Amino acid sequence: MDVGACRLCLVEIAGSNKLVPACTTQVADGMVVATTSERLQRYRRLLLELLFAERNHVCAVCVSNGHCELQALATNLGMDHVSFPYTFPKLEVDLTHRLFGMDHNRCVLCGRCVRVCWYVEGAATKNFSGRGAGSRIISDLNQPWGESRTCTACGKCVHACPTGALFEKGTTVGEMQKDRGKLEYIVTAREKKQWIV
Amino acid sequence: MSNVAVSPPASKPRAPLAHPSGDKRFKMLEVFMKRQQQRHDALIEVLHKAQELFGFLDTDLLLFVAHGLRLPPSRVYGVATFYHFFKLKPQGAHTCVVCMGTACYVKGAQQVVEALEQAAHIRAGETTPDGRFSLMTARCIGACGIAPAVVYDDAVAARQTPASAVERVKGWLDHGPR
Repeated sequence: MDVGACRLCLVEIAGSNKLVPACTTQVADGMVVATTSERLQRYRRLLLELLFAERNHVCAVCVSNGHCELQALATNLGMDHVSFPYTFPKLEVDLTHRLFGMDHNRCVLCGRCVRVCWYVEGAATKNFSGRGAGSRIISDLNQPWGESRTCTACGKCVHACPTGALFEKGTTVGEMQKDRGKLEYIVTAREKKQWIV
Repeated sequence: MSNVAVSPPASKPRAPLAHPSGDKRFKMLEVFMKRQQQRHDALIEVLHKAQELFGFLDTDLLLFVAHGLRLPPSRVYGVATFYHFFKLKPQGAHTCVVCMGTACYVKGAQQVVEALEQAAHIRAGETTPDGRFSLMTARCIGACGIAPAVVYDDAVAARQTPASAVERVKGWLDHGPR
């Protein structure tokens, strides 16, 4: 789906000096695309560093340590330090839901939970509030998640989440493994009428 | 997220739109929503109307709008918090909006804000505890030629200084500087 939020998929197109996000760029006949180059890697590392600096990502105490998409990106790109000052925002952990928790410290605002809740589950419990650095993921009218009347407790948002921001209660460091295959299964079944187990 | 046609599933019969409080303003808002054919894309206009009627948007009111337009509450809250114009808390009897757009900022809007913050003992974006005065900032009100501009209630004032701003709002603050 075309979202164009994180800019981590920037690619080079021959004949143009501009970097374009792959996710929102339509391929054309004869287009020559470079997905990796020294320049792209440098920009991606920079963007990742900004993501890390914006919230409190502490892998050592995270439920998703070792199974985190953000951590994997950093490892693959060889990001060994963050050159920007950390902002250390004071953020909440919402543990009011019966089954799941939301730790805003680990959220990268990718919006996957918002989209999966809207397009796949259809409940639209989650959305963004505010703007810019003040953006937060909310449930209903910024209520505690556990008090949401629209949440069906399906857990799709948890499995869509790339980091440890959304997790199942009762998991501890490194135990939260996300299963995005489940989401793919549901969407393929719905759209193609194929139940690929 | 704008091209969305799905509504949340309505398993129960929808709550009647009339508000239990009997407040006439809810009826007026309901009429307004009906005039917009309860279209999803009328959300911003409806929120404008709601704020015009009530002064600010509290949780109850946002929920009323969500029901009226058949939108999920999270979307209504998201839109209401995205735009600075919408207020989720009661505003003071008098408001003062300092423009912090580029031109005004260069001409010293920051010092004007600081002076007002000190005079009212509140931070920008807050209302005094007695509910008489709110201090706000805005990103460019389109009056760059008279920078730095400040809007006192609904009147735009040109070329403000920290001293002139404090002088202007003095009557609205019932306590002198500490």
